[in-house]
Amino acid sequence: MSTNDLTNNPGTGTPLPPQTRLVGPADAARYDSRFSALASGTMSSAMRDLMAITERADIISLAGGLPDTEAFPREIYDDIAADLGRDYLASALQYGPTDGMLELREHVVNIMAEEGARARVEDIMITSGGQQAIDLSIRTFVDRGDTVLAEGPTYPGAVPCFTAYGADVTHIPLDDDGMRIDLMEEAHARLVADGRPPKILYTIPNFQNPAGVTMSLERRQRLIEFAHANGLLIIEDNPYGQIRFEGDPLPTLYELDDGAGWVVYLSTFSKILAPGIRVGWVVAPPAVLRKMNLGKQAADLCSSTFTQRFVTEYLKRNDYRDHVSRLNGIYRGRRDTMLQALEARFPSTATWTRPRGGLFVWATLPDYIDTKHLQARALERHVAFVPGEAAFLDGRGRSSMRLNFSGVSESLITEGIGRLGEVVSEFCSLHDALNPGRS
Amino acid sequence: MSRVAVLKGGSSLEREVSLRSGTNVEMALARLGHHVIPVDADQYLVRVLRDERPDVAFIALHGRGGEDGTVQEILEILRIPYTGSGVLASERAMDKVVSKALFRKANVPVPDGYAFGKEAFSKMGAADTLPEIQKRLGLPLCVKPARQGSALGISMVREPGDLGGAILNAMAYDDRVLVERLIPGRELAVSVVMTDEPWALPVIEAVPLGHDFYDFEARYTPGECELRAPGDLDDAVVQEAAAISIAAARALECRGIPRVDLILDAEGHFWVLEVNTIPGMTDTSLLPKAAEVAGIGFDRVVADMLDLAALDV
Repeated sequence: MSTNDLTNNPGTGTPLPPQTRLVGPADAARYDSRFSALASGTMSSAMRDLMAITERADIISLAGGLPDTEAFPREIYDDIAADLGRDYLASALQYGPTDGMLELREHVVNIMAEEGARARVEDIMITSGGQQAIDLSIRTFVDRGDTVLAEGPTYPGAVPCFTAYGADVTHIPLDDDGMRIDLMEEAHARLVADGRPPKILYTIPNFQNPAGVTMSLERRQRLIEFAHANGLLIIEDNPYGQIRFEGDPLPTLYELDDGAGWVVYLSTFSKILAPGIRVGWVVAPPAVLRKMNLGKQAADLCSSTFTQRFVTEYLKRNDYRDHVSRLNGIYRGRRDTMLQALEARFPSTATWTRPRGGLFVWATLPDYIDTKHLQARALERHVAFVPGEAAFLDGRGRSSMRLNFSGVSESLITEGIGRLGEVVSEFCSLHDALNPGRS
Repeated sequence: MSRVAVLKGGSSLEREVSLRSGTNVEMALARLGHHVIPVDADQYLVRVLRDERPDVAFIALHGRGGEDGTVQEILEILRIPYTGSGVLASERAMDKVVSKALFRKANVPVPDGYAFGKEAFSKMGAADTLPEIQKRLGLPLCVKPARQGSALGISMVREPGDLGGAILNAMAYDDRVLVERLIPGRELAVSVVMTDEPWALPVIEAVPLGHDFYDFEARYTPGECELRAPGDLDDAVVQEAAAISIAAARALECRGIPRVDLILDAEGHFWVLEVNTIPGMTDTSLLPKAAEVAGIGFDRVVADMLDLAALDV
């Protein structure tokens, strides 16, 4: 038998390494007709490709949403890891219940109480990060074409979920006091009149991602009153509530709902502990939780028992608030640095939010600047941000950008904002030069 | 069997596209029996090439650095033969302004247009010429950065007031931009094998589905664009497309298998838009489709590119 017979590889007589995949570009077409509608809805995009570049080590990335994991004390980690191996190895390596470890859910009750929210342990399900909680919420309630209300801008990571499940999202504008509830009421009325009442309202009331703003108490109360009067189901996403640098915590929507069952609450350990452990949670009325439980069974059976045990052991022997206050000290400094740098280096035509917590500043440039294109010039200067368009499903946000301050040192923030300011200024003068009559 | 370094990735805006091209090339090279050395073209490129001592470099980089003569010059210095065009031809093809001038000289038809450097606007008041340009070229116009691939930064101007904004966006990708008359028509691509007697692979037509033009999303999302061999073109028309494409590749003195992008307008005239010295090799790219239509297959194209690898001097 000749080598050619073995490999069936015309044109060459050389043997084929066993690991070589046989599919070539021409074979890709065979999958096209097989992709589900869900998969076909997801698109390649120039923006997404550019975002991949932002992960390069030589880029100052203000694009991520990365908590500072270097602040996690090594000795605490070592302690927990040792105990985990000694006392819990078999169970930590085993499957666990879909709704999560009971002990951890009891801790979650205490963590929520810290923000004034009284949850019952049986209403809590542990998820694989807050992202799964968002995915489960949308898939539990939204059919293709259903209308959804969300802030505009909304969490860029929720955008692909909304797109995948075919949600028709109406964005509600924000200001410094969070979602404009008056405009939400108008949008709701319009959709109801159209015979397409919103299935859910998705909101991040605290230190919103990406805008950094917080919903005022008055608006929270008005939103809950409206929800109760009109039967509007609220998905409250609260990953940043305890990442607070100043001011007092406001009651969660979950608390204001007072057990009426119009709020599904989502949160995560990603920001108060670490994102790599992928542990989040959802609090929902029993009927909703049952459906979500079935959805989670299909998705991943259960969240990692290993990291759930890690979190539980951590919470047993440490006051997590110490770590949170350590993080908040670091982030406060970085936020201050970013705001100072923006003040010093951005042109006066730009505006930005002044978050009192969370991880992000939202900056808005003159409307003739498209930040999706500006990103190309910024990357040339080795600095990156998230173009505002990523936070909308309707193409808005083109002249805005999300800037992260939690994942980058103060000196790099100053340097990055400086370079970005130069790029923006260069664009402003180029625009003026292109429009001599109008400047 | 050769030791082939596949250069991919790099730091250009088309990094992700290049990684997809590179993977396909690596698999083909392995099937052809070569020893494949995948190399991400980062700051350690020269060191890696010195250590690995490949017989030949297969350049699967797109955009700045990889397609504009930069990496080619490095390979000249290291004396490693490489696929695709040489240093100067790469530079010519990457810069749409330069290549257009050379096309004109070689009687290759190109759309009318003008080029502007940033300084023309910032220091010489060139904005005042824009109304005249609009009048001369008419609407719609196509505005593109002079040196950028994958249609990044390209926009169509259909309203008189939109030209300035389109130029501003294009300037995010390059300090020089091109303002051209937009030729409505069918988007065709012809890949040319630059042997002593250059010959053309079959014409492929890109039919974007639900996109304004053959933009980035249409290029790289499966199902967003149909690539097909147009069955309705007469032999004479196909011959003409091949002849024009060969003339365009020759005008820039390309090597390897460059891809020529053209428009066929309603009157049956061809217009050359650009020559790509390192055509995309992704699953949704035009050259792999041409190889499939030609019945020679992707691996043969990769083998031919490798055979044509050379040094300028």
